[in-house]
Amino acid sequence: MRLVLALYALLVFAFLNVPLLILAVFSVNAGRFTSWSGFSLRWYQAMLADGNLMESAMNSLVIAGVSTVAATLLGTMAAYAVWKRKSNWFSGSLYLSLVMPEIITGISLLALFQWAFRFLRLQLGMHTVVLAHVSFSLAFVVVVVLARLRSFDPSLEEAARDLGATEYSAFARVTLPYMMPAIIAAALLAFTVSIDDYVITSLVAGIDSQTLPMVIYAMARRGVSPVLNAVSTTLVVALGVLILISHRLRSL
Amino acid sequence: MVLTLAAPLLIVCAYSMLSRGAYGGVELPVTPENYARLFTPLYAGIFLRSFAVAGIATALCVALGFPLALFIARSRRPNLCLALVILPFWTSFLIRIYAWIFLLRDTGLINTVLLRLHVIGEPLPLLYTNGAVVLGLVYGFLPFAVLPLYAVIERVERQDKVLLEAAADLGASSTAVFWRMLVPLCMPGIRAASLLVFVPCLGTYLVSDLLGGSKTVLIGNVIQNQFTASRDWPFGAALSIVLIVAAAAMLYAGRRGGAELA
Repeated sequence: MRLVLALYALLVFAFLNVPLLILAVFSVNAGRFTSWSGFSLRWYQAMLADGNLMESAMNSLVIAGVSTVAATLLGTMAAYAVWKRKSNWFSGSLYLSLVMPEIITGISLLALFQWAFRFLRLQLGMHTVVLAHVSFSLAFVVVVVLARLRSFDPSLEEAARDLGATEYSAFARVTLPYMMPAIIAAALLAFTVSIDDYVITSLVAGIDSQTLPMVIYAMARRGVSPVLNAVSTTLVVALGVLILISHRLRSL
Repeated sequence: MVLTLAAPLLIVCAYSMLSRGAYGGVELPVTPENYARLFTPLYAGIFLRSFAVAGIATALCVALGFPLALFIARSRRPNLCLALVILPFWTSFLIRIYAWIFLLRDTGLINTVLLRLHVIGEPLPLLYTNGAVVLGLVYGFLPFAVLPLYAVIERVERQDKVLLEAAADLGASSTAVFWRMLVPLCMPGIRAASLLVFVPCLGTYLVSDLLGGSKTVLIGNVIQNQFTASRDWPFGAALSIVLIVAAAAMLYAGRRGGAELA
Protein backbone atom coordinates (compact mmCIF):
# COMPACT_ATOMS: atom_id res chain seq x y z
CA MET A 1 0.00 0.00 0.00
CA ARG A 2 2.79 2.40 0.94
CA LEU A 3 4.60 1.50 -2.25
CA VAL A 4 1.53 2.12 -4.42
CA LEU A 5 1.08 5.52 -2.79
CA ALA A 6 4.73 6.41 -3.30
CA LEU A 7 4.62 5.36 -6.95
CA TYR A 8 1.47 7.41 -7.44
CA ALA A 9 3.07 10.45 -5.81
CA LEU A 10 6.07 10.05 -8.07
CA LEU A 11 3.77 10.04 -11.11
CA VAL A 12 2.03 13.25 -10.00
CA PHE A 13 5.34 14.99 -9.26
CA ALA A 14 6.42 14.00 -12.76
CA PHE A 15 3.14 15.28 -14.23
CA LEU A 16 3.72 18.64 -12.52
CA ASN A 17 7.40 19.05 -13.28
CA VAL A 18 8.29 17.09 -16.44
CA PRO A 19 6.56 19.40 -18.97
CA LEU A 20 8.83 22.24 -17.80
CA LEU A 21 11.90 20.00 -17.89
CA ILE A 22 11.08 19.04 -21.47
CA LEU A 23 10.95 22.73 -22.43
CA ALA A 24 14.35 23.20 -20.81
CA VAL A 25 15.79 20.24 -22.74
CA PHE A 26 14.49 21.53 -26.07
CA SER A 27 15.72 25.04 -25.35
CA VAL A 28 19.29 23.79 -25.82
CA ASN A 29 18.42 21.74 -28.88
CA ALA A 30 20.35 22.78 -31.98
CA GLY A 31 17.47 22.03 -34.35
CA ARG A 32 14.24 23.92 -34.84
CA PHE A 33 11.98 20.88 -34.69
CA THR A 34 10.79 18.50 -32.01
CA SER A 35 13.63 16.04 -32.43
CA TRP A 36 17.02 16.11 -30.78
CA SER A 37 19.87 17.30 -33.01
CA GLY A 38 22.67 18.21 -30.65
CA PHE A 39 23.44 20.72 -27.91
CA SER A 40 23.51 24.40 -28.74
CA LEU A 41 22.92 27.73 -27.05
CA ARG A 42 21.86 29.44 -30.27
CA TRP A 43 18.26 30.02 -29.11
CA TYR A 44 19.56 31.81 -26.02
CA GLN A 45 21.69 34.02 -28.27
CA ALA A 46 18.64 34.66 -30.47
CA MET A 47 16.67 35.56 -27.35
CA LEU A 48 19.27 38.10 -26.20
CA ALA A 49 19.45 39.59 -29.69
CA ASP A 50 15.68 40.07 -29.92
CA GLY A 51 15.05 43.77 -29.24
CA ASN A 52 11.33 43.40 -28.69
CA LEU A 53 11.82 40.65 -26.11
CA MET A 54 14.54 42.52 -24.25
CA GLU A 55 12.57 45.77 -24.19
CA SER A 56 9.49 44.03 -22.80
CA ALA A 57 11.64 42.21 -20.24
CA MET A 58 13.03 45.58 -19.14
CA ASN A 59 9.47 46.94 -18.82
CA SER A 60 8.51 43.91 -16.76
CA LEU A 61 11.48 44.37 -14.43
CA VAL A 62 10.70 48.07 -13.88
CA ILE A 63 7.00 47.40 -13.27
CA ALA A 64 7.71 44.46 -10.95
CA GLY A 65 10.37 46.45 -9.05
CA VAL A 66 8.24 49.51 -8.43
CA SER A 67 5.03 47.60 -7.66
CA THR A 68 6.87 45.21 -5.31
CA VAL A 69 8.22 48.04 -3.19
CA ALA A 70 4.82 49.73 -2.99
CA ALA A 71 2.85 46.53 -2.38
CA THR A 72 5.28 45.34 0.30
CA LEU A 73 5.08 48.64 2.21
CA LEU A 74 1.30 48.91 1.99
CA GLY A 75 0.72 45.19 2.55
CA THR A 76 2.93 45.08 5.64
CA MET A 77 1.09 48.03 7.16
CA ALA A 78 -2.25 46.44 6.31
CA ALA A 79 -1.21 43.10 7.84
CA TYR A 80 -0.06 44.85 11.04
CA ALA A 81 -3.36 46.73 11.23
CA VAL A 82 -5.40 43.56 10.70
CA TRP A 83 -3.37 41.75 13.34
CA LYS A 84 -3.84 44.59 15.87
CA ARG A 85 -7.60 44.77 15.44
CA LYS A 86 -8.83 41.37 14.33
CA SER A 87 -11.16 42.13 11.46
CA ASN A 88 -13.23 39.26 10.08
CA TRP A 89 -14.69 41.35 7.33
CA PHE A 90 -11.24 42.23 6.09
CA SER A 91 -9.93 38.68 6.01
CA GLY A 92 -13.06 37.60 4.15
CA SER A 93 -12.43 40.15 1.42
CA LEU A 94 -8.77 39.07 1.38
CA TYR A 95 -9.69 35.51 0.38
CA LEU A 96 -12.17 36.79 -2.14
CA SER A 97 -9.48 38.85 -3.83
CA LEU A 98 -7.06 35.89 -3.78
CA VAL A 99 -9.44 33.49 -5.52
CA MET A 100 -11.24 36.07 -7.67
CA PRO A 101 -10.75 35.07 -11.30
CA GLU A 102 -8.03 37.30 -12.74
CA ILE A 103 -10.20 38.42 -15.60
CA ILE A 104 -12.61 40.00 -13.11
CA THR A 105 -9.82 41.84 -11.30
CA GLY A 106 -8.54 42.98 -14.68
CA ILE A 107 -11.78 44.36 -16.05
CA SER A 108 -12.78 45.98 -12.76
CA LEU A 109 -9.43 47.79 -12.64
CA LEU A 110 -9.84 48.78 -16.28
CA ALA A 111 -13.31 50.14 -15.52
CA LEU A 112 -11.93 52.04 -12.51
CA PHE A 113 -9.11 53.60 -14.54
CA GLN A 114 -11.38 54.58 -17.43
CA TRP A 115 -13.81 56.14 -14.98
CA ALA A 116 -11.04 58.08 -13.24
CA PHE A 117 -9.66 59.22 -16.60
CA ARG A 118 -12.86 61.14 -17.22
CA PHE A 119 -11.62 63.57 -14.59
CA LEU A 120 -7.86 63.24 -15.04
CA ARG A 121 -6.43 63.71 -18.48
CA LEU A 122 -4.46 60.46 -18.52
CA GLN A 123 -4.13 57.36 -20.65
CA LEU A 124 -3.39 53.70 -20.04
CA GLY A 125 0.34 53.06 -19.74
CA MET A 126 3.11 52.01 -17.39
CA HIS A 127 1.54 53.81 -14.44
CA THR A 128 -1.79 52.00 -14.75
CA VAL A 129 0.04 48.67 -15.04
CA VAL A 130 2.02 49.48 -11.88
CA LEU A 131 -1.16 50.45 -10.01
CA ALA A 132 -2.87 47.24 -11.11
CA HIS A 133 0.12 45.15 -10.04
CA VAL A 134 0.24 46.83 -6.63
CA SER A 135 -3.42 46.10 -6.09
CA PHE A 136 -3.27 42.39 -6.92
CA SER A 137 0.02 41.62 -5.19
CA LEU A 138 -1.15 43.39 -2.03
CA ALA A 139 -3.29 40.42 -0.98
CA PHE A 140 -0.32 38.04 -1.26
CA VAL A 141 1.83 40.30 0.92
CA VAL A 142 -0.88 40.62 3.57
CA VAL A 143 -1.43 36.85 3.71
CA VAL A 144 2.27 36.04 4.11
CA VAL A 145 3.04 38.75 6.68
CA LEU A 146 -0.13 38.02 8.62
CA ALA A 147 0.79 34.34 8.85
CA ARG A 148 4.06 35.34 10.52
CA LEU A 149 2.38 37.78 12.90
CA ARG A 150 -0.04 35.06 14.08
CA SER A 151 2.89 33.33 15.78
CA PHE A 152 4.11 36.58 17.39
CA ASP A 153 3.43 37.02 21.09
CA PRO A 154 1.78 40.45 21.56
CA SER A 155 3.08 40.63 25.12
CA LEU A 156 6.60 41.14 23.72
CA GLU A 157 5.53 44.47 22.29
CA GLU A 158 3.80 45.34 25.57
CA ALA A 159 6.92 44.39 27.51
CA ALA A 160 8.98 46.77 25.36
CA ARG A 161 6.51 49.55 26.12
CA ASP A 162 6.63 48.75 29.85
CA LEU A 163 10.39 49.03 29.72
CA GLY A 164 10.09 52.55 28.38
CA ALA A 165 10.03 52.17 24.60
CA THR A 166 7.76 54.52 22.69
CA GLU A 167 5.00 52.95 20.62
CA TYR A 168 7.04 53.62 17.50
CA SER A 169 10.30 52.17 18.76
CA ALA A 170 8.56 49.13 20.22
CA PHE A 171 7.24 48.44 16.73
CA ALA A 172 10.51 49.25 14.96
CA ARG A 173 12.81 47.34 17.29
CA VAL A 174 10.69 44.41 18.44
CA THR A 175 7.82 43.65 16.09
CA LEU A 176 9.39 44.70 12.80
CA PRO A 177 12.54 42.54 13.17
CA TYR A 178 10.26 39.57 13.92
CA MET A 179 8.22 40.28 10.78
CA MET A 180 11.31 40.78 8.59
CA PRO A 181 11.72 37.27 7.10
CA ALA A 182 8.06 37.26 6.14
CA ILE A 183 8.33 40.75 4.66
CA ILE A 184 11.23 39.69 2.44
CA ALA A 185 9.43 36.49 1.49
CA ALA A 186 6.31 38.49 0.68
CA ALA A 187 8.30 40.93 -1.44
CA LEU A 188 9.80 38.05 -3.46
CA LEU A 189 6.34 36.60 -3.93
CA ALA A 190 4.92 39.95 -5.02
CA PHE A 191 7.79 40.27 -7.49
CA THR A 192 7.07 36.84 -9.02
CA VAL A 193 3.33 37.36 -9.38
CA SER A 194 4.02 40.74 -10.94
CA ILE A 195 6.63 39.48 -13.44
CA ASP A 196 4.33 36.62 -14.36
CA ASP A 197 0.96 38.31 -14.81
CA TYR A 198 -0.61 38.37 -18.24
CA VAL A 199 -4.40 38.57 -17.94
CA ILE A 200 -4.67 41.72 -15.82
CA THR A 201 -1.70 43.44 -17.44
CA SER A 202 -2.96 42.94 -20.97
CA LEU A 203 -6.22 44.70 -20.08
CA VAL A 204 -4.72 47.76 -18.39
CA ALA A 205 -1.57 48.15 -20.51
CA GLY A 206 -1.10 51.00 -22.95
CA ILE A 207 0.96 51.02 -26.13
CA ASP A 208 4.20 51.91 -24.33
CA SER A 209 3.92 49.24 -21.67
CA GLN A 210 4.26 45.85 -23.33
CA THR A 211 5.48 43.36 -20.73
CA LEU A 212 7.34 40.08 -21.14
CA PRO A 213 4.26 37.89 -20.57
CA MET A 214 2.42 39.84 -23.28
CA VAL A 215 5.20 39.05 -25.77
CA ILE A 216 5.28 35.42 -24.60
CA TYR A 217 1.52 35.19 -25.07
CA ALA A 218 1.72 36.58 -28.59
CA MET A 219 4.50 34.09 -29.42
CA ALA A 220 2.60 31.16 -27.89
CA ARG A 221 -0.48 32.03 -29.93
CA ARG A 222 1.56 31.93 -33.11
CA GLY A 223 2.76 28.45 -32.18
CA VAL A 224 5.87 26.83 -30.85
CA SER A 225 9.26 28.47 -31.24
CA PRO A 226 12.66 27.42 -29.92
CA VAL A 227 13.33 31.01 -28.82
CA LEU A 228 10.23 30.82 -26.66
CA ASN A 229 11.60 27.61 -25.12
CA ALA A 230 14.75 29.53 -24.17
CA VAL A 231 12.74 32.46 -22.77
CA SER A 232 10.55 30.06 -20.78
CA THR A 233 13.49 28.20 -19.31
CA THR A 234 15.24 31.41 -18.29
CA LEU A 235 12.11 32.75 -16.65
CA VAL A 236 11.25 29.48 -14.90
CA VAL A 237 14.76 29.15 -13.47
CA ALA A 238 14.88 32.80 -12.33
CA LEU A 239 11.44 32.68 -10.72
CA GLY A 240 12.17 29.25 -9.25
CA VAL A 241 15.20 30.60 -7.41
CA LEU A 242 13.22 33.55 -6.02
CA ILE A 243 10.43 31.23 -4.89
CA LEU A 244 12.82 28.83 -3.20
CA ILE A 245 14.37 31.71 -1.24
CA SER A 246 10.92 33.01 -0.34
CA HIS A 247 9.81 29.53 0.76
CA ARG A 248 12.92 29.17 2.94
CA LEU A 249 12.34 32.53 4.60
CA ARG A 250 8.73 31.72 5.39
CA SER A 251 9.57 28.42 7.06
CA LEU A 252 12.11 30.10 9.37
CA MET B 1 -8.22 46.74 0.28
CA VAL B 2 -11.41 48.79 0.12
CA LEU B 3 -9.81 50.86 -2.60
CA THR B 4 -8.49 47.91 -4.57
CA LEU B 5 -11.45 45.58 -4.22
CA ALA B 6 -14.66 47.45 -3.41
CA ALA B 7 -14.31 50.56 -5.58
CA PRO B 8 -13.63 48.69 -8.84
CA LEU B 9 -16.44 46.26 -8.10
CA LEU B 10 -18.89 49.09 -7.50
CA ILE B 11 -17.94 50.63 -10.82
CA VAL B 12 -18.39 47.31 -12.63
CA CYS B 13 -21.77 47.00 -10.95
CA ALA B 14 -22.75 50.47 -12.17
CA TYR B 15 -21.46 49.78 -15.68
CA SER B 16 -23.52 46.62 -15.92
CA MET B 17 -26.72 48.68 -15.74
CA LEU B 18 -25.77 51.28 -18.34
CA SER B 19 -25.93 51.33 -22.13
CA ARG B 20 -23.13 50.63 -24.52
CA GLY B 21 -21.01 53.58 -25.66
CA ALA B 22 -20.24 54.05 -29.33
CA TYR B 23 -16.45 53.67 -28.89
CA GLY B 24 -16.35 51.38 -25.89
CA GLY B 25 -17.12 52.73 -22.45
CA VAL B 26 -20.67 53.35 -21.26
CA GLU B 27 -23.50 55.83 -21.69
CA LEU B 28 -26.81 56.59 -20.07
CA PRO B 29 -29.68 55.57 -19.87
CA VAL B 30 -29.91 52.88 -17.26
CA THR B 31 -31.18 49.63 -18.74
CA PRO B 32 -31.89 46.08 -17.54
CA GLU B 33 -31.12 44.74 -21.00
CA ASN B 34 -27.59 43.53 -20.23
CA TYR B 35 -28.93 41.15 -17.64
CA ALA B 36 -31.80 40.06 -19.86
CA ARG B 37 -29.29 38.98 -22.52
CA LEU B 38 -27.72 36.57 -20.03
CA PHE B 39 -30.78 34.37 -20.29
CA THR B 40 -30.61 33.86 -24.03
CA PRO B 41 -29.75 30.24 -24.94
CA LEU B 42 -26.30 31.20 -26.27
CA TYR B 43 -25.04 32.72 -23.02
CA ALA B 44 -26.92 30.33 -20.75
CA GLY B 45 -25.17 27.55 -22.66
CA ILE B 46 -21.77 29.15 -22.16
CA PHE B 47 -22.45 29.49 -18.44
CA LEU B 48 -23.47 25.85 -18.23
CA ARG B 49 -20.38 24.74 -20.14
CA SER B 50 -18.13 26.83 -17.87
CA PHE B 51 -19.70 25.29 -14.78
CA ALA B 52 -19.32 21.80 -16.26
CA VAL B 53 -15.67 22.28 -17.25
CA ALA B 54 -14.82 23.84 -13.87
CA GLY B 55 -16.72 21.07 -12.09
CA ILE B 56 -14.91 18.27 -13.91
CA ALA B 57 -11.53 19.93 -13.35
CA THR B 58 -12.34 20.41 -9.65
CA ALA B 59 -13.42 16.78 -9.19
CA LEU B 60 -10.24 15.60 -10.90
CA CYS B 61 -8.05 17.92 -8.81
CA VAL B 62 -9.55 16.70 -5.54
CA ALA B 63 -9.50 13.04 -6.58
CA LEU B 64 -5.89 13.26 -7.79
CA GLY B 65 -4.80 15.56 -4.98
CA PHE B 66 -6.12 13.53 -2.05
CA PRO B 67 -3.82 10.49 -2.39
CA LEU B 68 -0.90 12.83 -3.09
CA ALA B 69 -1.66 14.88 0.02
CA LEU B 70 -1.94 11.63 1.98
CA PHE B 71 1.49 10.58 0.75
CA ILE B 72 2.99 13.97 1.66
CA ALA B 73 1.41 13.92 5.12
CA ARG B 74 2.91 10.49 5.80
CA SER B 75 6.29 11.07 4.20
CA ARG B 76 9.41 11.79 6.19
CA ARG B 77 10.23 14.90 4.14
CA PRO B 78 6.90 16.73 3.77
CA ASN B 79 8.55 20.09 3.11
CA LEU B 80 10.53 18.76 0.15
CA CYS B 81 7.41 17.14 -1.32
CA LEU B 82 5.40 20.33 -0.86
CA ALA B 83 8.14 22.27 -2.61
CA LEU B 84 7.85 19.88 -5.59
CA VAL B 85 4.15 20.72 -5.77
CA ILE B 86 4.45 24.46 -5.18
CA LEU B 87 7.50 25.20 -7.29
CA PRO B 88 5.92 24.59 -10.71
CA PHE B 89 2.83 26.38 -9.47
CA TRP B 90 4.66 29.64 -8.87
CA THR B 91 6.73 29.55 -12.02
CA SER B 92 4.78 31.39 -14.68
CA PHE B 93 1.28 30.15 -15.45
CA LEU B 94 1.64 31.27 -19.05
CA ILE B 95 4.75 29.19 -19.59
CA ARG B 96 3.21 26.12 -18.02
CA ILE B 97 0.36 26.36 -20.52
CA TYR B 98 2.85 26.88 -23.32
CA ALA B 99 4.63 23.69 -22.20
CA TRP B 100 1.41 21.79 -22.93
CA ILE B 101 1.10 23.38 -26.36
CA PHE B 102 4.62 22.11 -26.98
CA LEU B 103 3.57 18.60 -25.94
CA LEU B 104 0.07 18.36 -27.39
CA ARG B 105 0.08 20.01 -30.80
CA ASP B 106 0.05 18.01 -34.03
CA THR B 107 3.83 18.22 -34.43
CA GLY B 108 4.32 18.23 -30.65
CA LEU B 109 6.39 15.85 -28.61
CA ILE B 110 3.65 13.32 -27.85
CA ASN B 111 2.54 12.99 -31.47
CA THR B 112 6.14 12.96 -32.74
CA VAL B 113 7.10 10.14 -30.38
CA LEU B 114 3.97 8.11 -31.11
CA LEU B 115 4.50 8.54 -34.87
CA ARG B 116 8.13 7.47 -34.63
CA LEU B 117 7.14 4.37 -32.69
CA HIS B 118 4.45 3.66 -35.29
CA VAL B 119 1.79 3.52 -32.62
CA ILE B 120 -0.32 5.88 -34.72
CA GLY B 121 -0.38 6.57 -38.45
CA GLU B 122 -1.27 10.24 -38.28
CA PRO B 123 -1.14 12.83 -35.50
CA LEU B 124 -3.87 12.66 -32.87
CA PRO B 125 -5.87 15.87 -32.49
CA LEU B 126 -4.91 16.62 -28.90
CA LEU B 127 -4.64 20.40 -28.78
CA TYR B 128 -7.70 22.68 -29.10
CA THR B 129 -10.09 20.20 -27.50
CA ASN B 130 -12.20 20.27 -24.35
CA GLY B 131 -9.92 17.56 -22.99
CA ALA B 132 -6.89 19.83 -23.41
CA VAL B 133 -8.67 22.58 -21.47
CA VAL B 134 -9.52 20.25 -18.58
CA LEU B 135 -5.96 18.91 -18.60
CA GLY B 136 -4.59 22.46 -18.48
CA LEU B 137 -6.88 23.38 -15.60
CA VAL B 138 -5.96 20.28 -13.59
CA TYR B 139 -2.27 20.94 -14.26
CA GLY B 140 -2.64 24.59 -13.29
CA PHE B 141 -4.81 24.24 -10.20
CA LEU B 142 -3.79 20.89 -8.68
CA PRO B 143 -1.55 22.66 -6.12
CA PHE B 144 -4.59 24.69 -4.99
CA ALA B 145 -6.19 21.39 -4.02
CA VAL B 146 -3.14 19.66 -2.58
CA LEU B 147 -2.25 22.38 -0.06
CA PRO B 148 -5.55 22.47 1.92
CA LEU B 149 -5.89 18.67 1.61
CA TYR B 150 -2.40 18.22 3.02
CA ALA B 151 -3.19 20.59 5.90
CA VAL B 152 -6.35 18.72 6.87
CA ILE B 153 -4.94 15.20 6.46
CA GLU B 154 -1.89 16.11 8.49
CA ARG B 155 -4.12 17.46 11.27
CA VAL B 156 -6.58 14.54 11.22
CA GLU B 157 -3.82 11.92 11.30
CA ARG B 158 -2.22 13.71 14.24
CA GLN B 159 -5.29 14.68 16.28
CA ASP B 160 -7.64 11.82 15.51
CA LYS B 161 -5.03 9.08 15.36
CA VAL B 162 -6.89 7.22 18.13
CA LEU B 163 -10.10 7.19 16.13
CA LEU B 164 -8.40 5.73 13.08
CA GLU B 165 -6.60 3.13 15.18
CA ALA B 166 -9.78 2.25 17.04
CA ALA B 167 -11.57 1.61 13.77
CA ALA B 168 -8.76 -0.68 12.65
CA ASP B 169 -8.75 -2.48 16.03
CA LEU B 170 -12.47 -3.06 15.76
CA GLY B 171 -11.91 -4.92 12.53
CA ALA B 172 -12.29 -2.30 9.82
CA SER B 173 -10.20 -3.03 6.76
CA SER B 174 -7.78 -0.34 5.64
CA THR B 175 -10.14 0.48 2.76
CA ALA B 176 -13.00 0.94 5.22
CA VAL B 177 -10.85 3.11 7.49
CA PHE B 178 -9.98 5.24 4.49
CA TRP B 179 -13.50 5.70 3.12
CA ARG B 180 -15.52 5.71 6.32
CA MET B 181 -13.13 7.42 8.74
CA LEU B 182 -10.38 9.39 7.03
CA VAL B 183 -12.37 10.90 4.15
CA PRO B 184 -15.33 12.06 6.31
CA LEU B 185 -12.95 13.52 8.90
CA CYS B 186 -11.15 15.41 6.15
CA MET B 187 -14.36 16.89 4.75
CA PRO B 188 -13.59 20.52 5.78
CA GLY B 189 -10.34 20.36 3.80
CA ILE B 190 -12.04 18.69 0.83
CA ARG B 191 -14.61 21.49 0.74
CA ALA B 192 -11.88 24.12 0.94
CA ALA B 193 -9.91 22.43 -1.84
CA SER B 194 -12.99 22.25 -4.06
CA LEU B 195 -13.72 25.95 -3.56
CA LEU B 196 -10.15 27.04 -4.14
CA VAL B 197 -10.06 25.14 -7.44
CA PHE B 198 -13.61 25.70 -8.64
CA VAL B 199 -13.78 29.48 -8.29
CA PRO B 200 -10.65 30.32 -10.30
CA CYS B 201 -11.48 27.60 -12.86
CA LEU B 202 -14.90 29.13 -13.41
CA GLY B 203 -13.38 32.36 -14.62
CA THR B 204 -10.51 30.79 -16.48
CA TYR B 205 -9.42 32.67 -19.51
CA LEU B 206 -5.84 31.83 -20.47
CA VAL B 207 -6.21 28.05 -20.40
CA SER B 208 -9.30 27.95 -22.60
CA ASP B 209 -7.85 30.63 -24.84
CA LEU B 210 -4.53 28.88 -25.51
CA LEU B 211 -5.42 25.19 -25.18
CA GLY B 212 -9.07 25.31 -26.27
CA GLY B 213 -8.58 27.46 -29.34
CA SER B 214 -11.78 29.01 -30.63
CA LYS B 215 -13.82 25.86 -30.03
CA THR B 216 -14.02 25.99 -26.25
CA VAL B 217 -15.55 29.34 -25.38
CA LEU B 218 -15.94 29.77 -21.65
CA ILE B 219 -17.36 32.62 -19.64
CA GLY B 220 -13.94 34.17 -18.97
CA ASN B 221 -13.26 34.39 -22.70
CA VAL B 222 -16.63 36.03 -23.35
CA ILE B 223 -15.94 38.65 -20.67
CA GLN B 224 -12.49 39.37 -22.05
CA ASN B 225 -13.95 39.68 -25.52
CA GLN B 226 -16.60 42.18 -24.43
CA PHE B 227 -13.92 44.44 -22.99
CA THR B 228 -11.56 44.18 -25.96
CA ALA B 229 -12.76 43.18 -29.43
CA SER B 230 -16.54 43.55 -29.02
CA ARG B 231 -16.32 46.78 -27.01
CA ASP B 232 -19.56 46.04 -25.20
CA TRP B 233 -18.53 47.00 -21.69
CA PRO B 234 -21.97 46.99 -20.04
CA PHE B 235 -22.65 43.42 -21.14
CA GLY B 236 -19.15 42.32 -20.11
CA ALA B 237 -19.77 43.98 -16.74
CA ALA B 238 -23.09 42.15 -16.34
CA LEU B 239 -21.37 38.82 -17.09
CA SER B 240 -18.68 39.69 -14.53
CA ILE B 241 -21.23 40.54 -11.87
CA VAL B 242 -22.85 37.13 -12.28
CA LEU B 243 -19.43 35.49 -11.96
CA ILE B 244 -18.50 37.57 -8.90
CA VAL B 245 -21.82 36.83 -7.19
CA ALA B 246 -21.41 33.11 -7.91
CA ALA B 247 -17.85 33.15 -6.54
CA ALA B 248 -18.71 35.15 -3.42
CA ALA B 249 -21.79 33.02 -2.70
CA MET B 250 -19.74 29.83 -2.96
CA LEU B 251 -17.02 31.19 -0.68
CA TYR B 252 -19.59 32.33 1.86
CA ALA B 253 -21.46 29.03 1.76
CA GLY B 254 -18.12 27.22 2.02
CA ARG B 255 -17.10 29.13 5.14
CA ARG B 256 -20.55 28.60 6.65
CA GLY B 257 -20.38 24.90 5.81
CA GLY B 258 -17.10 24.62 7.67
CA ALA B 259 -14.58 24.72 4.84
CA GLU B 260 -11.15 25.36 6.29
CA LEU B 261 -9.81 28.13 4.12
CA ALA B 262 -6.13 28.39 4.94
